[in-house]
Amino acid sequence: MSIAAANVPLQSGRKRGVWRGRIFVALLVLSLLVGFVALGTLFFDVLSKGVAYVDPVLLTNSPSSDPAVAGARPALLATLYLGILLILFTVPIGVGTAIYLEEYANRDRWYNRLLELNIQNLAAVPSIVYGILGLAFLVRGLGLGRVLLAGALILTLLVLPTVIIAAREAIRAVPSSIREGAYALGATQWQVVWRQVLPAAIPGIATGSILALARAIGETAPLILIGALTFISFNPTAMGPFTALPVQIYNWTKLPDPEFKALAAAAIIVLLIMVLLLNAGAIWLRNRYQKRW
Amino acid sequence: MVKALLGLCALVSVATTLGIVVALFLPAFEFFREVSLRDYLTGTEWAPLFLQKSFGVIPLIVGTLSVTIWASLIAIPLGLGAAIFLSEYARPRLRATLKPALELLAGIPTVVYGYFALTWVTPHLESAGLDVGVFNALSAGLVMGVMIIPTVASLSEDAMSAVPRDLRYGAYALGSSKLQVSTRIVVPAAVSGIVAAFVLGISRAIGETMIVLLAAGQQPNLSFDPREAVETMSAFIAATGAGDVPTGSVEYKTIFAVGATLFVMTLIVNAVSIRLVGKYREVYE
Repeated sequence: MSIAAANVPLQSGRKRGVWRGRIFVALLVLSLLVGFVALGTLFFDVLSKGVAYVDPVLLTNSPSSDPAVAGARPALLATLYLGILLILFTVPIGVGTAIYLEEYANRDRWYNRLLELNIQNLAAVPSIVYGILGLAFLVRGLGLGRVLLAGALILTLLVLPTVIIAAREAIRAVPSSIREGAYALGATQWQVVWRQVLPAAIPGIATGSILALARAIGETAPLILIGALTFISFNPTAMGPFTALPVQIYNWTKLPDPEFKALAAAAIIVLLIMVLLLNAGAIWLRNRYQKRW
Repeated sequence: MVKALLGLCALVSVATTLGIVVALFLPAFEFFREVSLRDYLTGTEWAPLFLQKSFGVIPLIVGTLSVTIWASLIAIPLGLGAAIFLSEYARPRLRATLKPALELLAGIPTVVYGYFALTWVTPHLESAGLDVGVFNALSAGLVMGVMIIPTVASLSEDAMSAVPRDLRYGAYALGSSKLQVSTRIVVPAAVSGIVAAFVLGISRAIGETMIVLLAAGQQPNLSFDPREAVETMSAFIAATGAGDVPTGSVEYKTIFAVGATLFVMTLIVNAVSIRLVGKYREVYE
């Protein structure tokens, strides 16, 4: 008797629990969906407004006050050059730092711990602050002027922490048995790093570098600060004034004329294709070459 | 020899930090020789480019906070919800597809979000009956919130995945439901990592520039009304830096004073996060 009596509230409580659980899962799925719906809306909106303007004129013409003939060739080229310079600067410095921290540095020394903390903190500094750094030191301090090289250097410093962190993880993932095996065969420390550790870590390093590149080519704020918000109708050079694709997008979006807004949408399509291709490449690389030791 | 060369690479990031500190604070100190620190920190009017100059930074801070609050209201609950789903409910294969897809949100360039906020979100807020201006804090904040969801979700999920299985099994053995295990065992056990994720998201919102520059306006405003235009610290820096203010003028130095303020604010937020993480960290064997 007493068992049956105790069963009643227990069961209704369980039923309520089931419903609570279902509502909870529904809420969780909903919170995940909001992001995807927003992303889908963004893609759809940009495509519907801009796709008609993605044409040879956009890719080969210079900007103009007449939206019918305005293009983004100088900005596109500059973004390309920025990307190439960025990889040339970032990969050696980033990988060098990562090798130093993982293979050579003595963790017990205070300066090495400070270095690690410093890199973590740099990763959280807002990108606009890097723009200020560029404005003060590169553009005005060194007198480099508002040139493409200054932009490439600033983007390098901006993504360097990301590359270092990715490279360190890739190097750390190489098992120490490989190092010890090489040492046992009489290899020097540099030979171990250069011929064993680095080749094994290349997929991870490449993935991190590509993701950093994808982030850098979309950066706008630091470039605006170092003067990329100008009218450029000629092809950029490393030591000349420049504008970049995201800056061009900002410029067109700001204009009240709806035709320029459509041009901005078209340029966004081009930029998104570049960013998404890089992201997809990084994911493919990670899945293809990921080693399980 | 090799070690010295590699150490030199490592020095680049040290030099960057030193460079940032010097680049921000040297001109900022010069600025405060011309404008008193008290007027700057307590003044309620920001008009550095007007004839009647005024250097009260509070409107810029209010603008920054206004947008940040809306971004947090979106990103914190949704990011946490997404993280609980990914960590506790999704099967491994579903998680393996959903996580990179969600991270795509963080990979979209911010200028694209700015375009979206200005040309899609604001008009739709209007047609939904909200009396918003062409530039307003709400639309910038909402879009920024969406942008930050993956930051919050990804780090929170890492923290939750690190909670040992035994804790979950123990709770199930005592008759807990999945809901109870998620909300009363996993989330509390991972709270230090979750809070760190929130704080990192907030610090990204404080420093974000392009969305606010395009969608929130460039009008210093001492109001938390989300329908009005505001100017954030980052938007002021970008707008002034893009213009042709002469080097050495007070207007030029405001860039650095505001930049230093922004830098210190993000540093404080990050320091708070490190403290919180240290305080509530659970150590599992």
